Amino acid sequence: MKPFRYERATDAEHAVATVAAHPGAAFLGAGTNLVDHLKLGITAPDLLVDVSRLPLDEVAETADGGLRVGANVRNADLAAHPAVRARYPVLSQALLSGASGQLRNLATTGGNLLQRTRCAYFQDPSTPCNKRDPGTGCAALEGWTRYHAILGASSHCVAVHPSDMAVAMAALDAVVVTLGPDGERRIPVTDFHRLPGDAPHRDTVLRHGELITAVELPGLPWATRSRYRKVRDRASYAFALVSVAVALDLEDDGRTVREARIALGGIAHKPWRAERAEQALRGLPATEENCRTAADAETADAHPLRDNAFKIPLVRNTLAAVVRDLVPETPSGSLEGAR
Amino acid sequence: MTSTSETSGSGRAVGADLERADARAKVAGQAPYAFEHPVENPCYAHAVLSSVPRGRITSVDTGAACREDGVITVLTYENAERLASTDDAELAILQEPEVAFHGQIVGAVIAETPEAARHAASLVRITYATEPHESELKPDENELYRPDSANGGADTDSMLGDLDAAMEAAAADPEAVALDETYVTAMTHCNPMEPHATIAVWQGDELTLYDSSQSVHGHRDTLAEVFGIDRGRVHMICPYVGGGFGSKGEPHAHAVLAALTARAVPGRPVKLALTRQQMFTLVGYRTPTYQRVRLAAGADGRLTGIGMDAVEQTSRIKEFAEQSANPTRTMYAAEHRRTTHRLAHLDVPVPSWMRAPGECPGMFGPEVAMDELAERLGMDPVELRIRNDAPVAPETGKPFSSRNLVACLNEGARRFGWHGRDPRPGVRRDGRWLVGTGVASSAYPVNRVPGSVAAVQYVGEGRYRVDIGAADLGTGAWTVLAQIAADRLDVPLDAVELRIGDTALPKATVAGGSSGTAMWGSAIVAAARTFRERHGNDPSPGDHAQAETPGNPHAERFAMHAFGAQFVEVRVDADTGEIRVPRLLGVFAAGRIINPRTARSQLVGGMTMGLSMALHEETVTDPRYGLLVNHDLANYHVTANADVRSIEAHWIDEDDPYVNPLGIKGIGEIGITGTAAAVVNAVRHATGVRVREVPVMLDKVLNGMS
Repeated sequence: MKPFRYERATDAEHAVATVAAHPGAAFLGAGTNLVDHLKLGITAPDLLVDVSRLPLDEVAETADGGLRVGANVRNADLAAHPAVRARYPVLSQALLSGASGQLRNLATTGGNLLQRTRCAYFQDPSTPCNKRDPGTGCAALEGWTRYHAILGASSHCVAVHPSDMAVAMAALDAVVVTLGPDGERRIPVTDFHRLPGDAPHRDTVLRHGELITAVELPGLPWATRSRYRKVRDRASYAFALVSVAVALDLEDDGRTVREARIALGGIAHKPWRAERAEQALRGLPATEENCRTAADAETADAHPLRDNAFKIPLVRNTLAAVVRDLVPETPSGSLEGAR
Repeated sequence: MTSTSETSGSGRAVGADLERADARAKVAGQAPYAFEHPVENPCYAHAVLSSVPRGRITSVDTGAACREDGVITVLTYENAERLASTDDAELAILQEPEVAFHGQIVGAVIAETPEAARHAASLVRITYATEPHESELKPDENELYRPDSANGGADTDSMLGDLDAAMEAAAADPEAVALDETYVTAMTHCNPMEPHATIAVWQGDELTLYDSSQSVHGHRDTLAEVFGIDRGRVHMICPYVGGGFGSKGEPHAHAVLAALTARAVPGRPVKLALTRQQMFTLVGYRTPTYQRVRLAAGADGRLTGIGMDAVEQTSRIKEFAEQSANPTRTMYAAEHRRTTHRLAHLDVPVPSWMRAPGECPGMFGPEVAMDELAERLGMDPVELRIRNDAPVAPETGKPFSSRNLVACLNEGARRFGWHGRDPRPGVRRDGRWLVGTGVASSAYPVNRVPGSVAAVQYVGEGRYRVDIGAADLGTGAWTVLAQIAADRLDVPLDAVELRIGDTALPKATVAGGSSGTAMWGSAIVAAARTFRERHGNDPSPGDHAQAETPGNPHAERFAMHAFGAQFVEVRVDADTGEIRVPRLLGVFAAGRIINPRTARSQLVGGMTMGLSMALHEETVTDPRYGLLVNHDLANYHVTANADVRSIEAHWIDEDDPYVNPLGIKGIGEIGITGTAAAVVNAVRHATGVRVREVPVMLDKVLNGMS
């Protein structure tokens, strides 16, 4: 790794001013992703400003009945937080499905949002990659694409965002709170990550020197009926092939969807808020068939690559399975049981 | 049965369930691995690897690298010392501008810190004139050739009777079955926890290496030859190894690089550790295989013909022919037989040993085919295997020294609860899970490797030093060799001071081919006997004796193999195709077990690695670049705890008086054989989807179910 200077930030304003004034500077959180990148030569900052010890580690109630999560709250702590477990099970489940116990003990809320794609080509400087080295091309486009995007990609980049936590937050309409040289900004998490377009080197809308200080979860009483399902070959410590976050608000009949929040992971450059699917389900009974139709509406524009066409039926089946779990009386799957 | 084996001393230690001798030191971090040995004033080397799969270096620019703080020097083919022997092209690094695969060593930076060396390595600019390359095994497109022999000296081909005629006859008989399918196994990598690392120290023309190795003497001999120095002037020290699985069985290029770089900085030791990514191209791997399996069977299930044609890859610069057709030669009786190995020379890293080379992939296709055959015959797959058990070695006609495949199948079936199994595929459902069970046989040959020597010395006060340059990869050699020595000297276990892992000790053969405990243990048995013969039971301090592993007078009379049976329950998510394994149960017949605890660990480890082969492990080649794309542990998945609930390894008592004086067959590798087939067979039973390639990832199942 390239030698760099290291500073430990003592307050957020100073950290922001330092990084903003220094084009080659970067914030260092827990380092679970950035340190890998330093070693692999994916990025080479000449100054790291360590924000991991800033006092941004509180989970606090907000006026609208939601929670404000400090950027330095560790993933393990957030997953175990009683209010999160009780009011936002989808978020707790998403956090627990990510990485490993050791990593979750280190990784922070802000850092989780900012982790970068695990596209194997992005992580190998011997190959072309527009995200790592703009203008060099995309090796993944015609390469190994099992873990790549089916929605929202471009000819410049087909990588996916790796976070589980962010998918749950997208479903919950969370808001990212930042501090920049010009003061505070509040960015809906669904607008926080970008689609690649012709500038895949930019993962998010953050400006240089802008620091995440918190994530706010709006009050959403019916998010108690929510669930995260991560689909992967290996049962632990693997990135999602597809993941689905769902929160359901049901009519009094316990069956008809008043409102649905659906977000998908593992299929796009950002956590994918599935508004078409939500729209398709609204007002209908939460049946398996309706879920499948809703998923198909969402993936109607999908462009699968060589290795990932299976993600289309996988999204369909997984959404149906998650809703089945959330609405237990829904008739079970299409395959007949014989035992 | 007449037994020619000796009685096992007092029998106090052998067979006892003892904790590992090195367990506490390892857990406490006090067992030094190769990179950790303290040396005076070390510097650090980092390898520079090629970024093209085939071509020639046209220019080297080390300017930027040399200007970095802490950089001592940069080596490339332009300035590296000439090696005495370049016969082994894998080891002949930095000698010529030619590049033979993506990820080959083309340079090295030596620096004061590992960080500086690694950073400067990224600044070495090398340009290449590339040449057309071929880096993907595609049997229909590659030019295939017939190697002279396969790994371990296995015959390339074998033929008995007329398989084609047997297949035609079976196809023409409405009662019989002729099965002809192709099975595929993926390229896989050993990935031990401890990366390959070497410390090289030159003192004049004397070379000392601390190297993570399965064979200190074997590595020493090879490196002495490469550097053209007397073996006696090369010393290798390796008391502990953090896993090898075969990838540390032969020296690889990084060991040569460590020694080469140390030559460039006289008076200073050089420490070199490969990164995980570098391990994917430099320390061997298992070739992908394509296996055409043919089975001809009558309505009674008895095989009339067996065929196995294996197609594999090797590197253009060095041949390694994985002996994947080998197990077919031993498993089942049939009159008409044919096995072949064919290779493609590709511009790829050099393949090598990975746990049960040949035997492991070669037990996949045939054992899935047996399951398919059972289904087509409407016969229980355990019964089908029992019916085809071979009374004598099918190709040679030799009797087996012992063969307990049937006993393993029966015992496994009993323990697993196999009887009464509903054979229909895809009909058992438990909530979201489709449930199924599968079975496959396991087998592994008893390999004999001559040349190990053990020494016994009385050090006084009732204590004995036992010396042999053996290796403990985490397998338990520290523990079981001491057990053997204690019993054969008829002393308590704690009276034995064992020393291994050093070329200063008597020569030992490689920890490979599941032969270590048998070969080294036999040398210890012989040395203990010689000691007692010479010095009696009341020796004086300093009395010593040594002896070599004796030849086996029964070697030519018998076929010698371990056998086993593996039973698997899988649950497949009906929505997603995700596969989880509630139960994996193996029963093995592998001769005498020296220590049930380390033995169980070996067998469970092998079965886990087989499960990993079945479900997860796959090195992906990008043929455009000749690149192994998923070269880290985030993208190359190894099965972890959450993937399997219960793993049981059992064994049946087997007294084989012919294999060696200890009655040991070897257990390091048999556990991985057959597992993948059993899993795939269970997936079929659960879902109705027959997958013929591993790893079985969820999309292969999902596509079949929808």
